[in-house]
Amino acid sequence: MTKGIVLLEVEAPAVAAKALAGQFVIVRANEKAERIPLTVMDFNREKGTITIVVQEVGYSSTIINRLQEGDSFQDFVGPLGLPTEIENYGRVACVAGGLGAAPMYPIARALKEAGNEVVSIIGARNKDLIILTEEMEAVSSKLLISTDDGSAGIKGFAATALAQVLEETGGKIDHVWAIGPMVMMRSIVEFTRPLGIKTLVSMNPIMVDGTGMCGACRISVGGETKFACVDGPEFDGHLVDFDLAMRRLAYFKNEEKRAMARLDCGGGCGC
Amino acid sequence: MLEKVARQAMPCQEPGERARNFSEVALGYDEETALLEASRCLQCKKPLCRQGCPVEVLIPDFIQLIKERDFMGAARKLKEKNNLPAVCGRVCPQESQCESKCIVGKKGEPVGIGRLERFAADYELAHGSVTPEAAAPTGKKVGIIGAGPAGLTCAADLAKLGYSVTVFEALHVAGGVLMYGIPEFRLPKQVVQTEISNLKKLGVEIKTNMVVGKATSVEELMGKDGFDAVFIGTGAGLPYFMNIPGENLLGVYSANEFLTRSNLMKAYQFPEADTPTKVGKRVAVLGAGNVAMDASRTALRLGAEESIIVYRRSREEMPARHEELEHAEEEGVNFQLLTNPVEIIGDENGVVKGMKCLRYELGEPDASGRRSPVPIPGSEFIMDVDTVVVAIGQGPNPLVTKTTPGLELNRKGNIVADPETFATSKPGVFAGGDIVTGAATVILAMGAGKTAAKAIDAYLKNK
Ligand SMILES: Cc1cc2nc3c(=O)[nH]c(=O)nc-3n(C[C@H](O)[C@H](O)[C@H](O)COP(=O)(O)OP(=O)(O)OC[C@H]3O[C@@H](n4cnc5c(N)ncnc54)[C@H](O)[C@@H]3O)c2cc1C
Ligand SMILES: Cc1cc2nc3c(=O)[nH]c(=O)nc-3n(C[C@H](O)[C@H](O)[C@H](O)COP(=O)(O)OP(=O)(O)OC[C@H]3O[C@@H](n4cnc5c(N)ncnc54)[C@H](O)[C@@H]3O)c2cc1C
Ligand code: SF4
Ligand code: SF4
Ligand code: FES
Repeated sequence: MTKGIVLLEVEAPAVAAKALAGQFVIVRANEKAERIPLTVMDFNREKGTITIVVQEVGYSSTIINRLQEGDSFQDFVGPLGLPTEIENYGRVACVAGGLGAAPMYPIARALKEAGNEVVSIIGARNKDLIILTEEMEAVSSKLLISTDDGSAGIKGFAATALAQVLEETGGKIDHVWAIGPMVMMRSIVEFTRPLGIKTLVSMNPIMVDGTGMCGACRISVGGETKFACVDGPEFDGHLVDFDLAMRRLAYFKNEEKRAMARLDCGGGCGC
Repeated sequence: MLEKVARQAMPCQEPGERARNFSEVALGYDEETALLEASRCLQCKKPLCRQGCPVEVLIPDFIQLIKERDFMGAARKLKEKNNLPAVCGRVCPQESQCESKCIVGKKGEPVGIGRLERFAADYELAHGSVTPEAAAPTGKKVGIIGAGPAGLTCAADLAKLGYSVTVFEALHVAGGVLMYGIPEFRLPKQVVQTEISNLKKLGVEIKTNMVVGKATSVEELMGKDGFDAVFIGTGAGLPYFMNIPGENLLGVYSANEFLTRSNLMKAYQFPEADTPTKVGKRVAVLGAGNVAMDASRTALRLGAEESIIVYRRSREEMPARHEELEHAEEEGVNFQLLTNPVEIIGDENGVVKGMKCLRYELGEPDASGRRSPVPIPGSEFIMDVDTVVVAIGQGPNPLVTKTTPGLELNRKGNIVADPETFATSKPGVFAGGDIVTGAATVILAMGAGKTAAKAIDAYLKNK
């Protein structure tokens, strides 16, 4: 798609038969690979396929991005997590940060099908990191782009674009979804909090099994511990403890660097 | 009068050495030792030992075959009742089961039934396996949810009776706790996988990566998928936390996460395997069951300088198998008994740097006759640790139970099943193992799987 981001269509009939917007899968690229969670971007029940979009951020995602057409995953399990609660809320804003456009796409589509007026925003650092504009456009009544450096659309953060939407609509937005990096979701949540607009965020903590067995994915919501893989991944953004979530996500950073080093040097050095 | 033979000790790796590697701790009997141990069995006419075994292994019979040096025959005899003898010989709490009833144990030490069981099973694994024969196909299909000991046992017995059996497993490998929980140094994963491949030879199909409640449901299995009966053996996979402040700090793991990373994902081979785990210098493990022993010993092997078991009661009340407790002590695990944490303390980055604890003393006996621990006022102190593993128990995972209407649950969320047949409130649906009893033992789960298989057979014959 764009540098470091690939879109894969995977044959997985059992998953495709059931997947709904907001759910995810857990995959392992090979026998020794980590189990990593990826959101379902699209599903085709007839063809029995699931579409995922993967960004290269570390070892496991890089391995996946190097897969060639016709290769297969060692394991592909899902659909996991609770689907998005789709209703007719009225006018909704779907705010995606960078890669967040992938998980947002089926949600926006389902919201539109349910009769909502969907205003979408894709924000990213620069224009090269903006993906899925055509797809998002097709399922939104309006699509705004924002970039931190102003290389496309509105210059500023996604929250800046959301402020503009609010202004244009006379402050009437009934429901907001925000999916993207934690900092971006937090800024949207802080923006909507004083306005009292219900804002759902999709949490992406580190996961292992994805079935509620290990507790690695626990986050704090309204002071209560929740397991994002079974109680989420969507939660009321105004209740999520983002500081905690961000710290937990960074916990294995040094170990991840070691794995990455092996990928680059071929592993012969044993570093 | 025969010369009295003493109970043969289990050869083990030296504690100092093994505490730093993941190879199996107990090495198993050789033939001569096994023959000596077998010679201690009196071949009782009314073998009390069998009453202590939930699957009623033909104990004197298999030991007799060992005496006769017919080791394959012994393995075959074991498998008449127990599909996973190499596993049970290693992990059964024999001291409170078969061996607790052995007549020889009344005056001295009981016959090492578990050790002999392991010997015969390992002999079979090393010398080609015995696959029991399956009966003629009945044309009926049974679905099994969960590939732990309960599900696998039920599957094998039904396959032997001629049913077409499919096992649905959420994880990427079959085995349940045997794969993700119990560590390599206590139960080599190769042993588990060989046992499972024997089941496959019986025609059992195992579908991994299938989360029932998500990708499919009990209703669907019994509806459009045409299964005539379903057995639920989903175990106790939901980790409990203490609900004390600081439990979401970095460096606090559930035992399930800690052990899953190490066992299932082979984090101990990191970075050759891709999943990392992190163990600090000083690890506190909360709890004193098998799970806690496994976590504390795994921590040592992953490089912790000190591994500390923190437990509210005293040594006598520890629920772990004796052998594990002894092994942990020999390996240098530090036991802080009559001690309970009240808060986990973090540094400015949210990483564990200590744990506030209280000391306890044993008070008056309670209704159960056990002296209950009471906190000592003013005994508060800070334990210097950087990793905390919570191993205080697991509950039932609701993925299946929540998506199956008409299934009666108890207050804790366990499935209610008839103790005789393991039938649930939903016709055609049976359940057994930890999902019914709460976290228990491998052999009880297997016993449940076995009994349920008989009941399912009876149910389907009458249907
Ligand atoms: C429910 C859910 C849905 C997700 N959907 C997608 C998706 O559709 N597309 C996509 O590209 N990514 C998605 N992610 C994130 C993806 O799982 C991580 O990028 C991946 O696990 C990183 O693995 P790695 O080995 O490549 O990187 P690592 O080297 O392990 O990590 C690199 C950095 O990525 C972050 N990270 C590590 N593990 C995770 C994790 N489990 N989740 C999020 N960030 C992590 C950490 O900050 C880390 O420093 C999702 C995560 C969750 C929990
Ligand atoms: C660390 C540890 C050490 C232990 N040590 C001992 C010991 O030494 N001796 C002993 O006797 N006992 C021991 N136990 C207890 C013993 O392992 C359990 O009692 C036993 O495994 C229970 O068997 P089960 O078949 O009921 O469930 P499990 O072994 O828990 O298996 C359940 C299976 O079902 C799968 N599953 C769950 N939900 C779903 C779903 N929705 N869809 C599909 N599949 C699903 C799980 O992934 C799992 O594979 C130990 C337990 C632990 C955790
Ligand atoms: S299965 Fe367990 S309880 Fe039964 S005889 Fe063997 S070791 Fe003893
Ligand atoms: S009770 Fe002891 S001595 Fe008697 S048959 Fe059983 S194992 Fe042998
Ligand atoms: S990922 Fe293990 S409980 Fe959520």
